[in-house]
Amino acid sequence: MARAAVSGRLSWRTATLVEARAENASARTLVFDVPGWPGHLAGQHVDVRLTADDGYTAQRSYSMSAPADGARVEITVQTVADGEVSPYLVDVLAVGDAVELRGPIGGWFVWRPEQLDPVLLVAGGSGVVPLMAMIRARRKHHNRSVFRLIYSVRTPDDVYYADELRRRARDDHGLEVTFVYTRFGEDAHRISVADVNTHGWPPELEPACFVCGPTGFVETVADILVALGHDPRRVRTERFGPS
Amino acid sequence: MATLSPGFRGRSREAEPKLPPGQYLTHDFPVLSAGPTPKVPTERYEFTIGTETGEKHSWSWDELLKLPAETPTVDIHCVTKWSKLGTSWKGVSLDTLFEDVESAADYAMAHSYGGYTTNLPLEDLLDGQAWLVYEFDGEPLHPEHGGPVRLLVPHLYFWKSAKWVRGISLLLDDEPGFWEAAGYHDYGDPWREQRYQGD
Repeated sequence: MARAAVSGRLSWRTATLVEARAENASARTLVFDVPGWPGHLAGQHVDVRLTADDGYTAQRSYSMSAPADGARVEITVQTVADGEVSPYLVDVLAVGDAVELRGPIGGWFVWRPEQLDPVLLVAGGSGVVPLMAMIRARRKHHNRSVFRLIYSVRTPDDVYYADELRRRARDDHGLEVTFVYTRFGEDAHRISVADVNTHGWPPELEPACFVCGPTGFVETVADILVALGHDPRRVRTERFGPS
Repeated sequence: MATLSPGFRGRSREAEPKLPPGQYLTHDFPVLSAGPTPKVPTERYEFTIGTETGEKHSWSWDELLKLPAETPTVDIHCVTKWSKLGTSWKGVSLDTLFEDVESAADYAMAHSYGGYTTNLPLEDLLDGQAWLVYEFDGEPLHPEHGGPVRLLVPHLYFWKSAKWVRGISLLLDDEPGFWEAAGYHDYGDPWREQRYQGD
């Protein structure tokens, strides 16, 4: 399980919201301007810290949804019922407002633009966020490795980055996108071995597999990949819990 | 400087002395793992302590279960910000396992099935601070949470409590484990909020 060392201190930086867009009824993409941002790899995350008037603070981790682009840091946040931080980021924070942010964090669940192996991305719901950063980084760096995304989501209305994914599936040569709807249409079902077998890569191609979503989803998909013959060391996972 | 996060109120400020800085309470038991969950049958399970001289002490699953068991109830703190209070475990104190181990080492590396590693000072594993646990809440430890056997070192962030632990090697010099080499803190004290390198 080799990985590159990361060094240096992660200090809190002021991050000003410069752009925001709704992905669906409960998720919002936020683009921050973070002066001095050191850059990051697709798949990494940041910690966001909020401060109330009386000095009380709360912090949470969020995956970045876009590759490094100067001082721009983009995250997509899903509001969690009864959440403390996410409802504020989704419903309250306005363009021009600032929060504190530090990172990048995580050196394992990352895709590097110099990688040339086939890539299988498997997303469950909001787990698509760091995988979208990889899809965008591939295009940004004119990387030619073949990518497949299997995106399990309740209904078409719940899809994040819907227009962009449709456009990229058409225009980004070597990218295939498959949706598995769990609550839509006659074929509604939870992701199965058939989905992964049909729309993933055979293990002989030794793809890099990235699986992200809720714990149960990740456990299921990672078990399927291992059962299909993928080397567990080539299956990287990130589990999203409530925050 | 502009006001940070204007309009943010946060949850109630009820005193929660058991919560380290930057943590929030959860009643779930979230999971953090870097890869697929290894399935380790208990009949193949073995735990080994290896010293810096190459001496090895090993226990099978059956031998582990015959050792005196303890039932610690402890608070656990994950670097991803959740804390869970009053969790109940059953397992063997590392003091018991280290009883006959002769070593001059100051450092330990925990190794897991699946290849995960994490480093700790040896003294943090002794004196009633660490256990090899095989039950959670009165049930066999689920593979998702590190079963059949995980390390439990509750006074450090929970990534130090290696799941699917298969052994501990003793080292004269400190070496980074899996997350430690990826930018996480070498020691990981939640009360000093040592999440990442330099904290």
